[in-house]
Amino acid sequence: MSRFRFLSFPGIMLFVGYGFLYVPILLLVLFSFNDSRLVTVWGGWTTRWYGELFENDQIIDAALLSLQIAAITATIAVVLGTMAGYALARFGRFRGRMLFTGMVTAPLVMPEVVTGISLLLLFVAMEQLIGWPAGRGMVTIIIAHATFCAAYVTVVMQSRLISLDVSLEEAALDLGARPTKVFFVITLPIIAPALIAGWLLAFTLSLDDLVVASFVSGPGASTLPMVVFSKVRLGVSPDINALSTLFVGVVSIGIIVASALIHRQEKTRQRDEQLAMAAEGRTS
Amino acid sequence: MADSDSETGDGHGRRSSDPLSWIAGRVTAFFAGSRRGVILVPYLWLLLFFLVPFLIVLKISLSEYAISQPPYTPLLEWVDGIYLEIRLNFGNYLYLVEDDLYAISYLNSVKIAAISTLLTLILGYPMAYAIARSDAKIRTALLMLVILPFWTSFLIRVYAWIGILKDNGVINNVLIWLGVIDQPIQMLQTDFAVYVGITYSYLPFMILPLYATLQKLDISLLEAAADLGCPPWRTFLTVTLPLSLPGVVAGSLLVFIPAVGEFVIPALLGGPDTLMIGRVLWQEFFNNRDWPVASAVAIAILLLLVVPMVIFQWSQARSTERDA
Repeated sequence: MSRFRFLSFPGIMLFVGYGFLYVPILLLVLFSFNDSRLVTVWGGWTTRWYGELFENDQIIDAALLSLQIAAITATIAVVLGTMAGYALARFGRFRGRMLFTGMVTAPLVMPEVVTGISLLLLFVAMEQLIGWPAGRGMVTIIIAHATFCAAYVTVVMQSRLISLDVSLEEAALDLGARPTKVFFVITLPIIAPALIAGWLLAFTLSLDDLVVASFVSGPGASTLPMVVFSKVRLGVSPDINALSTLFVGVVSIGIIVASALIHRQEKTRQRDEQLAMAAEGRTS
Repeated sequence: MADSDSETGDGHGRRSSDPLSWIAGRVTAFFAGSRRGVILVPYLWLLLFFLVPFLIVLKISLSEYAISQPPYTPLLEWVDGIYLEIRLNFGNYLYLVEDDLYAISYLNSVKIAAISTLLTLILGYPMAYAIARSDAKIRTALLMLVILPFWTSFLIRVYAWIGILKDNGVINNVLIWLGVIDQPIQMLQTDFAVYVGITYSYLPFMILPLYATLQKLDISLLEAAADLGCPPWRTFLTVTLPLSLPGVVAGSLLVFIPAVGEFVIPALLGGPDTLMIGRVLWQEFFNNRDWPVASAVAIAILLLLVVPMVIFQWSQARSTERDA
């Protein structure tokens, strides 16, 4: 069994699969420049839908709200997820670990409608009991998003921390550094790429969520997916195509930049490790 | 002075070990403290915002619908300020059993999720196989191409299919232009559109776990089989497929479980008769504003998914243990 051949059944399926994944997105981009209200019937090139998009206050406001929510959510989720991932990767068995693992992995597969209704009922009950959160809106959306995003970040951080070389931290501890200092000076820089990846993942998940936000949001707080959904329900519309194209463009650029950065950091890390190994070889 | 000096000199066990053990004690205490903190913060967060909500859903599902704010009756009530009255109402569950709508949508969700999972597996397995066997240099790029659509909006990707499947959409236009059909085929607002939507949206979740197991597969096993004259299809059935089974299970569950409760895809691509349990919950909640019945539906979804979820948890835990 030598090199894999592209002209085989799996090779052909690979091309079919990529076609399946990308043709719809490419069509969306193409139709966003279509000068016809019918969207899927070609009527020449235009950029007017982009102009209309930027004049639509409802969409702009919703987009700004969604970006704020996503940024705050991602930050909270990274803090919670790193702590949970650290506990799961490092602390071995502790009391309640079973329940903890369960609560961390369950949100990954929990149907969104169930998460949504359960959080809403919690917020309503809390408001009755302690008067907080007063009404629903941005705060409740952030709490709800942070909860399920933290689960994803935990998985990312746990797998990164498991593969981390513990001897670096042990060396620092042996040399008298305090555990907190070790975490911030040794552990944190090493896991930084995973932290960035986790943050971006949480950001995207939050920006993308329609169902949970619809349940826990209140009047006046409509996120971008909520506005898009109510428009899309009435059928295809050209300005949504323009919005989608912008979204795909930003995400693609973001992913390319992020992966380039992570790739470079990984390279430096490997080089540093090799240098360290070489130095170790000389001294021993 | 001299006294104390000599004491440090010969009795070096007592005096000097005291600060040492004090430091050791402090360090242990600090560790234990930070350890506790590191676990407690996410633990309490998840307890409050993940576990407690389910208990509340269970509670509300046992209450009665009322025209009030919030729209349900309290479960516990002080009668005359003397004794606590507990009113459990199983009417919502009886209602779910009596009305055919719920049973039909329940079974329909399982059917749609199962067919879509199978389609995702049929498309995803060869793709994962091809990526795992490809040249190491392009493997990362190929994987990236699978993950990239996942980062763009889910809603937008489902929306893209409306333009493709509708009556004057891309597929019908092309088929009419080619002269294959003269009347558009209705594809949007059918179960078919929902299968396509779920397969499309969840494909990365199938490919990634499959890739992870296929990539770890020992090539020498396949070479051994080939050397012994085993035809490739048999090698696949007797070696590759059984060894990649954990990936098949993980991927299928990652698609099946969320697909059962899916709302957006049937709402946008399905027809009015594409009943799925997630959509029914949404309608009970937002259109009928019947929170108790919606809660009972949520509990019903959880009961349906508890077995696949436990299997998923168990396989997850096993694979992380293996990696560690």
